[in-house]
Amino acid sequence: MTEVKLTVNGVARGDEVEPRLLLVHYLRETLGLRAANVGCDTTSCGACTVLLDGESVKSCTVLAVQANGRAVTTAEGVVNADGTLGVVQQAFREEHGLQCGFCTPGMVMAVTSLLAENPQPTEQEVREGLEGNFCRCTGYHNIVRAALNAAAKLQTSEVSA
Amino acid sequence: MIPASFEYEVAASAQHALALLAEHGEDAKLLAGGHSLLPMMKVRLAQPAVLIDIARVPELSGIRVDGHEIVIGATTRHADLVSSEVLAAEVPILAYAAAQVGDPQIRHRGTIGGSVAHADPSADLPVALLALGATIEITGPAGTRAVGVDDFFTGPFESVLQPDEILSAIRVPRHRGDQAGAGRTWGYQKFVRRANDWAIVGVAACDGRVALASMGGTPLRAHATEDALRSGASIEEAAQLAAVGTSPGADFHADADFREHLARVLTRRALEGRTG
Repeated sequence: MTEVKLTVNGVARGDEVEPRLLLVHYLRETLGLRAANVGCDTTSCGACTVLLDGESVKSCTVLAVQANGRAVTTAEGVVNADGTLGVVQQAFREEHGLQCGFCTPGMVMAVTSLLAENPQPTEQEVREGLEGNFCRCTGYHNIVRAALNAAAKLQTSEVSA
Repeated sequence: MIPASFEYEVAASAQHALALLAEHGEDAKLLAGGHSLLPMMKVRLAQPAVLIDIARVPELSGIRVDGHEIVIGATTRHADLVSSEVLAAEVPILAYAAAQVGDPQIRHRGTIGGSVAHADPSADLPVALLALGATIEITGPAGTRAVGVDDFFTGPFESVLQPDEILSAIRVPRHRGDQAGAGRTWGYQKFVRRANDWAIVGVAACDGRVALASMGGTPLRAHATEDALRSGASIEEAAQLAAVGTSPGADFHADADFREHLARVLTRRALEGRTG
């Protein structure tokens, strides 16, 4: 067993883990954070996307020990302090950017990472930026609209802040 | 899917990693981004007894200029190649090729050293490095040796890298513009059926060097095309020779004839300076 100390959604955690424990299983089973889903389990579908030090990663292909000393953010962690939806989540709700919802936590985190790197993406840049996330309901149009809506909301809030 | 059990060691320096490799021998594997190794471990194609994490070794990461070369540390991530100003200015084909690897999440984890050491004949970075005439820097118990990228790959997923060695850096010749200030002449073509996939055929062309992905057991130079260009052939004529000396495989996506056709078409487009 190996000790990991990391921050998950702003909370310091310390646990003894097997080195082979995948980050997604650490999040879901050790910590009970079930937003990140295991979809393909082969680094393709993006349902397990979380942020590692602010950048999107597929947590089915990261060992928990590789996150030692770092900050992990899941979709639970982008909810506002008062319990209301975060900006990206609210945009998905407004644009109906989900159908079955399985890909949604990963989509939200991929969009969060994309907008951190490129705050004003074009529609094409959103589509390319989300190439690592599959929606098997094929609800891509509204997901792209949600990403653009979130970008606009974040720009407005920065101007007004 | 869960990997078989292994011991996990964190290397504090390249020397420490070498010592750990010497201690554990062929049972050990180096771990950087883990985006080739972990998928293989999950399906038990790889079952190392020990993983040595080199991702936290500062000296193995980063992009710097050293005389006539740009030195890229082995654990430099694809995302860092994509956003590098010095690569954009002097080696744009490498930044472009890095942006074609996988998807954003994969580029946030995967590393240039990992991609090269994995030696996948269909990968993006090896062909870009072949087209650039890069040098692979390898550190072992006896010190550091430099291997030209043309001599590095020996077969599918095989290279001259030994079990007790670390691929420590990639060296790329600088290019600050010719006398007229013109940059490199380059093109990059990747034929895929699906987003974030490997190339069914890929072509990297840079300053008269042409390299092919998925046209044999290793990434390959298109020597016949290069020779024809040097002899004054047109791009159209030279590109017709792109598949000479290759041995493409057949799979679900393409048979050998189709791959040879793709190599000719994509080589022409790459030599015309096109990307896509």
